[in-house]
Amino acid sequence: MKFDGYTCDGFYDEMFLPDGNARRGATLLKHKIESLVDGELLDRQQAAERALLQGGITFNVYGDGAATERIFPFDVIPRIIEADEWERLEKGLKQRVYALNLFLDDIYHKQKILKDKIIPQEIVLSARSFREQCVGLNPPRGIWCHITGTDLVRDRDGQMYVLEDNLRCPSGVSYVLENRRVMKRTFPQVFEASRVRPVDEYPSRLLDMLQSLADPALESPSVAVLTPGIYNSAYFEHSFLAQQMGVELVEGRDLIVADGRVLMRTTKGFERVDVLYRRIDDDFLDPQVFRPDSLLGVPGLMEAYKNGRVALANAPGTGIADDKCIYAYVPKMIRYYLGDEPIIPIVPTYICAEKSDCGYVIEHLDKLVVKAVNESGGYGMLVGPHSTAVQRADFAERIRKHPRNYIAQPTLGLSRVPVIVDGSFSGRHVDLRPYILYGKDIYVLPGGLTRVALKRGSLVVNSSQGGGSKDTWVLRA
Amino acid sequence: MLSRVANSIYWMSRYIERAENVARFVDVNLQMMLDLPSGLTEQWEPLVIITGDDKPFAERYAGATRENVIQFLTFDTKNPNSILSSLRAARENARTVREAVSPEMWEQINTCYLMVNAAAARGYDLEDADRFFSEIKKASLLFDGLADATMLHDEGWHFYRMGRFIERADKTSRLLDVKYFILLPAATDVGTALDDIQWAAVLRSASAFEMYRQRHGHIEPDRILHFLLLDLEFPRSINYCLTHAGLSLHAISGAPAGTFCNSAEQHLGRLQAELAYTPVEQIIAEGLHEFLDGLQTKLNMIDHGIFESFFALRPLDGRRGFAHGEGQ
Repeated sequence: MKFDGYTCDGFYDEMFLPDGNARRGATLLKHKIESLVDGELLDRQQAAERALLQGGITFNVYGDGAATERIFPFDVIPRIIEADEWERLEKGLKQRVYALNLFLDDIYHKQKILKDKIIPQEIVLSARSFREQCVGLNPPRGIWCHITGTDLVRDRDGQMYVLEDNLRCPSGVSYVLENRRVMKRTFPQVFEASRVRPVDEYPSRLLDMLQSLADPALESPSVAVLTPGIYNSAYFEHSFLAQQMGVELVEGRDLIVADGRVLMRTTKGFERVDVLYRRIDDDFLDPQVFRPDSLLGVPGLMEAYKNGRVALANAPGTGIADDKCIYAYVPKMIRYYLGDEPIIPIVPTYICAEKSDCGYVIEHLDKLVVKAVNESGGYGMLVGPHSTAVQRADFAERIRKHPRNYIAQPTLGLSRVPVIVDGSFSGRHVDLRPYILYGKDIYVLPGGLTRVALKRGSLVVNSSQGGGSKDTWVLRA
Repeated sequence: MLSRVANSIYWMSRYIERAENVARFVDVNLQMMLDLPSGLTEQWEPLVIITGDDKPFAERYAGATRENVIQFLTFDTKNPNSILSSLRAARENARTVREAVSPEMWEQINTCYLMVNAAAARGYDLEDADRFFSEIKKASLLFDGLADATMLHDEGWHFYRMGRFIERADKTSRLLDVKYFILLPAATDVGTALDDIQWAAVLRSASAFEMYRQRHGHIEPDRILHFLLLDLEFPRSINYCLTHAGLSLHAISGAPAGTFCNSAEQHLGRLQAELAYTPVEQIIAEGLHEFLDGLQTKLNMIDHGIFESFFALRPLDGRRGFAHGEGQ
């Protein structure tokens, strides 16, 4: 298959220059793909999909009666990031995660940043994700967010922006590892020649980080992954990570708090748990502290956490820092806490809670992307240029009623990559979610999850909205 | 090991063994029908009786025809013990304990389920039956081999073995029960070619035909009974299954052989002793059906004992209440 008819259509293309030549890091890949005999690329695409199906690398879709289990669509052409660009991104991500953690620790203690009026107090304290219950908590090492998945996008000008931070339970890293495994089986020669940085150290890095949160007096701390159970859309990832780390995968019903300790019920009686990598939202963690109707959590868990008898990753309360309003203030945070300029910029953001911004947003709905601050997964969103007048009127009404609930950003021309559609190449928009671990130090997994909006022209990459994924190759220097 | 995980491994294993046995029953019956003298009606009802689901079958199907019985036992998702239902349950259990079994095992059960699910969508095809049922049997055996070769031989593996052997003992006992009482023709047929065909089918249904030949040669009902009930070296005989389930049970609890520290071990030990010290002539004289009936009750007691001893929720130390939620 040849790239002859492939066009960039005015967007930044991750593989090609505007003149149609491959970018430096992608030259070899282009050559290898074009040298495959006819039909072979499609065969490999199918082989990759079969491998994912047989491996049961699937996710669940809510409210979809019979067929709740789907493969996350996968495209075999990798997305390439060159070494120098990655080096800069890595620095920028570390800087950001470092500042966000200082913010969290500040906001649940002295609130200096509010007192110094860097961030308006009411925006923080009115946020649904601000947890009164977490004020005064002292997580191990003073770190709140141990696992972060930051969404990056590239605009037409080639500049990378942070689109959002995911500081609660970011998912998707299992697809990074599985996509890589499938790619190595499907494209061994290209892979070998391309000098791609490996990703398979992630599970051991994650385990090291989790163990570093336990009471240092413990000789071999016991770590477990806490899942809401098999019906959660990310269940595959929960079991995958537990398996890769060699730790127990527990549900709330496996746990009990007794004598201040968290115990799991085993065939030989009860055993202590020291660190929980919890993949359950704050709301459901502990019915005694958060939602009383939660059946997923463990009564008494927060009390044990406060007393330092169990560590939780991430700490409860981190959601305040990935609130879509707070996002707009992260550059200020970086300057305030670190005295540095942000390395990766954010997308210019209008905060509807601020009067001047609100008027502008309502007048320019057709040009902006509006996001509900409390939603994720591509829900509660208006993409202005693709919207109807009725949808815009509806959003204008909602914004007037609850300005605090909305922000708006200019519509970006997200960069594109070639994907295989009906036997030929076609450009589709992508984002990138790198994963960052923060224990004794900060570690960034080289690459991350490249999500693709498979629908032509679509900008929404979420798996629940018809997105797929690609392997992401960070090249060695 | 988490009680919930142990429970799921045990049931994953039972369901796969169940699917394999049903596949073998159907396959053997299909083959046997080809050997029957023309004029004899095909016997399909006994297959439904083996699985113990004759009542729900009668409620939903008009007559035990070949098509109906095969549909019911193979693809019917309303029948919880059909091959498809069993594999689905095995896979769901495997999925909840994916971190505790090897990736190879998960991939194997997943692939097997997808294969049967696709076949169910196409519908039953007699021409393809031989290949289809062999695929299922092979898939189960491959899964067993993978468990043996890729899984840590720790507690989880012992729960896996217990599930396999208890299910297998149950299926062998049902097979004997049904064949002996329903398929056994009138006294005049005993010792005839027809009788031989049917006894051979019993043995084949337990994958036992050639091994029996090696051991005993001629087809003789009491020897067959001895072979399938009491032989200590044939891996589908009830005595063998109980012995190996017992080894795993004791490996889990740590109690020395010949002693017990929970009700599962107690019931299992008693049943083993009974089999070890009862000659097959006595079983026949006192009534095989009664013996097998009692045996199934005792197998259920063992299963219940396993549940109580390892999976059920227990108070922490007598003072505290039960944790919320419940086992399977």
